[in-house]
Amino acid sequence: MKKQIALTVNGVKRELLVNPQDLLLNVLREQLGLTGAKYGCGIGECGSCTVLLDGEPILSCMTLAVAVNGSEVTTIEGLLGSDGSLHPIQESFLEHGAVQCGFCTPGMILMAKNLLDKNPHPSEEEIREHIRGNLCRCTGYTQIVQAIKEVSLTRKA
Amino acid sequence: MRLKPFEFLNPSSLEDVFELLVRYGNEAKCLAGGTDLLVQMKQRRILPKRLINLLPLSELKGIHKAEDSLRIGALTRHVDLERSAFLEKGWNLLALAATKIGSPQIRHLGTIGGNLCNASPSADTAPPLLVLHATVCLSSLKGNRQIPLEAFLTGPGQTGLREDEILKEVILPKPPEGSLFTYLKLGRRKSMDLALVSVAVLVTINPERKTFEQVRLALGSVAPTPIRARAAEKQLGGNLIGEEAIREAAETAAQECQPMTDLRATAEYRREMVKVLVERAVKQSLGFPIPPTGI
Ligand SMILES: Cc1cc2nc3c(=O)[nH]c(=O)nc-3n(C[C@H](O)[C@H](O)[C@H](O)COP(=O)(O)OP(=O)(O)OC[C@H]3O[C@@H](n4cnc5c(N)ncnc54)[C@H](O)[C@@H]3O)c2cc1C
Ligand code: FES
Ligand code: FES
Repeated sequence: MKKQIALTVNGVKRELLVNPQDLLLNVLREQLGLTGAKYGCGIGECGSCTVLLDGEPILSCMTLAVAVNGSEVTTIEGLLGSDGSLHPIQESFLEHGAVQCGFCTPGMILMAKNLLDKNPHPSEEEIREHIRGNLCRCTGYTQIVQAIKEVSLTRKA
Repeated sequence: MRLKPFEFLNPSSLEDVFELLVRYGNEAKCLAGGTDLLVQMKQRRILPKRLINLLPLSELKGIHKAEDSLRIGALTRHVDLERSAFLEKGWNLLALAATKIGSPQIRHLGTIGGNLCNASPSADTAPPLLVLHATVCLSSLKGNRQIPLEAFLTGPGQTGLREDEILKEVILPKPPEGSLFTYLKLGRRKSMDLALVSVAVLVTINPERKTFEQVRLALGSVAPTPIRARAAEKQLGGNLIGEEAIREAAETAAQECQPMTDLRATAEYRREMVKVLVERAVKQSLGFPIPPTGI
């Protein structure tokens, strides 16, 4: 039997009808058309489905939509400015060539945002530690770490 | 991978949970962070007809400090352990182990109760909790009962939890004054891996006589459950602190564990690594210089 839930997704209130077994990832992608969060492994290993739940990073491939009724969800789409401008972290990823196929990018950028919100000037080790659950098969990570570092350097202390 | 349909039950109190457990028995499973349960359901290893959502129950949340004990609610997430100001001195060993679990995302979802009830031999909170002499409080319509964690963990995926019970909280007595401790976890790679071998150590020493007083050692992933290495503990307790004694105790620990060969490592390798890691962990807890290792 479907259940009604309320989610605030990227600042917009949504009322949704979901099955108990529906994963947050599928609801975001299929019901709301937010395809930023990606389906990689489905078992918690790759981080490509990362979204922020009440500001904290979780895996939408292992979260039941019914279990997060009433929460606030931020996906990569929510980082765009109201004028459609890219977030500084997104700009930095582009500048550093930190995006190749792009599959890991939404998860990486949300982890970067979560880290920089708490710790505006992380060390390289702290950056690597924070993205340890996000796999990238293309870049070799160096450019991603540099992109995150650059944002932290250009932000005012 | 999608999940097979199930009924989702949203109890609003602990009493409701207990009644649902009595009504549905093994047809129902409790849901905490879901990081073990949902993976097992996706892989069709278990297909419960009903899930009982524990997440909204505030009775199962939070870390509370009493005069000389700490009570950790079953729904306390690994990030909560990392951040809690209560986990100081010897209790900090648990926070240290929590930082070595999975990834930040997993630590935002996974709970201490789920880690213990899932009862993997590699559960990272278990060895620290064993050396901290943890007891678990199990709760049902019939009331509460407390048993030592060591008795609760009965086998791989098996616990002393009855079908009508949930794990309510973990209780830690005050660690000895001056506890020295560490937790070492060896995986196949540095992050996102379960332990091939893990070692928790907590010791107290007599600095004048240069002897060990209490010595507590626990090992993960090298027996059907996380275990205490009691023979090795006995060998050190009360005796002079020295490299040779530590090495001999590490060998004893390697003998008393019962590792298995699986996809991730052979029994022989695990045994050898117990020797290396116990020696290193005891030395590290005492502040001896040890080579940098990255684990
Ligand atoms: C990618 C990945 C990496 C991981 N890395 C690690 C790691 O490094 N170290 C490690 O130890 N673990 C690791 N895990 C396993 C898992 O994250 C932990 O065991 C976690 O603590 C489980 O907690 P949970 O709240 O998610 O449990 P759930 O999945 O919700 O529950 C697990 C089991 O316990 C039962 N249960 C939960 N709470 C209660 C309760 N209060 N009373 C009764 N029964 C209950 C459930 O019914 C279920 O059977 C990893 C998992 C994944 C997917
Ligand atoms: S798809 Fe969720 S972690 Fe890989
Ligand atoms: S850019 Fe392809 S996976 Fe990271």
